[in-house]
Amino acid sequence: MVAIPSRHKSLVLLAGVIVLQVLLLAVQIKRDSQGRLIRVWTVGAVSPFERAGSYGFGWVRDVWHHYFALQNTAKDNEQLRRQLDTLKLQNAQLQGKAAEADRLAVLLNFRQSHGDVPMITARVIGASAGTASLTIQLDRGERDGIRRDMGVITPDGVVGKVVESYANDSKVLLLTDKESGVGAKLADSGIQSPVGGQGEPLLVMKYVPNDDSVNLGERVITSGTDRIFPRDLPVGIVTEIKPGNPFKQIRVKPAADLERLEEVIVLLSLHPVDMKKAGEPSDAQSSAPGAVSPSPVVKR
Amino acid sequence: MNDAFDLRMGESHIEVHKFRAGAIIVATLLALVIQSWAPIHFAKAAVLDLPLLVTIYFGLSRRNPSTGLLLGMAIGLLQDSLSGPRVPLGLYGIAKTIIGYLASSIGARLDTEHPAARFALTAGFFVAHQGIIVITRRILLAQPEPWFNMRLAIAALVNGIVAVFLFLLLDRLRRPS
Repeated sequence: MVAIPSRHKSLVLLAGVIVLQVLLLAVQIKRDSQGRLIRVWTVGAVSPFERAGSYGFGWVRDVWHHYFALQNTAKDNEQLRRQLDTLKLQNAQLQGKAAEADRLAVLLNFRQSHGDVPMITARVIGASAGTASLTIQLDRGERDGIRRDMGVITPDGVVGKVVESYANDSKVLLLTDKESGVGAKLADSGIQSPVGGQGEPLLVMKYVPNDDSVNLGERVITSGTDRIFPRDLPVGIVTEIKPGNPFKQIRVKPAADLERLEEVIVLLSLHPVDMKKAGEPSDAQSSAPGAVSPSPVVKR
Repeated sequence: MNDAFDLRMGESHIEVHKFRAGAIIVATLLALVIQSWAPIHFAKAAVLDLPLLVTIYFGLSRRNPSTGLLLGMAIGLLQDSLSGPRVPLGLYGIAKTIIGYLASSIGARLDTEHPAARFALTAGFFVAHQGIIVITRRILLAQPEPWFNMRLAIAALVNGIVAVFLFLLLDRLRRPS
């Protein structure tokens, strides 16, 4: 047997070890095996140290971040507060725009469903300067076809009527004003009576005899008798009924939110129009324009 | 093998170092644990090859080619085991076996205590280690692998720099002669 010189022993060992590992590689390729047993042992032996290291590092990092690395916290806090304020402002603006978009969508829907009725949407740009009269100012006027005594509504219900019309804007007397009124009737019983304002948030239904039966929560709609508003537009809901002499004292909550008006619809006609139902044949009444004039109660 | 002795190559005087009990095992395990754990928290730590640095250090210090290659094989196979099923057992094993042998052989002939020598040797061994892996992949595993790129050059420099400080730390594990 040939003796291996001692200085070559390490070279022989190197060659042997490499050949063994090449064979190991070849076995893995041929059998598509990945030496699972060896891997399981190694991972099992090392993973406790890795886990301990990870916990230890996490602890050190937490201590560092929460106790030592706080020199910029006040500055960051101040910056974040400023960002929060800005974002709050943006959020409020976006909410306002979203609400406006919703309102405009309702108006558009209303207009599309009453395409045969001439109407125009207008933005509320001002309110009455004092409490003597409850009016609002619109951004549209005579140039847009708006004339005195035209009806003003929202998709929710009646708002009032135009009392002054200028070239580019107009003034609307709200239904809640003392001088205002609308021909109305109770939706269920059909009892007709004008509804007018008292300078307060609630309206009053004026001429309903004590003998007539009226229910709380009953809907009040336009009767069309005032020749300004078409029939069956919502006016409000009965919220209070008291016996009176000779008529009941009936208070009505307006259907339209008259304290938060932003966009309204002006009915561009001095002739009575019928907006009852889409597709229903129109039975418009006489075309004579006229102011709202409370009429004696008429029971249908 | 654990006894300290001097190798005399002509006029040179090179000392073989002994280490505290369990120092090699602990250092090897620590290197493997940190290698598999650090990149999770510091992505850039992936350029380091701590098991290779440990192989080089103990190869250069022990100056025994047989010990160096066996230690390199053990560390390489452990690293293969921890590298997941996509890395076949033997890939790092072969590379670190050869590097362990080369480091021990060079350590027996040169003074490798100077930081500049340690930096240059580590960077060179890193490139050689990568070259062996590429050869193994291309020839034995038929897996295409680029021979050289800028990332490899940067990694070689980074490992060389880290080695200078790591080796100073590992020097403290030596038994006083």
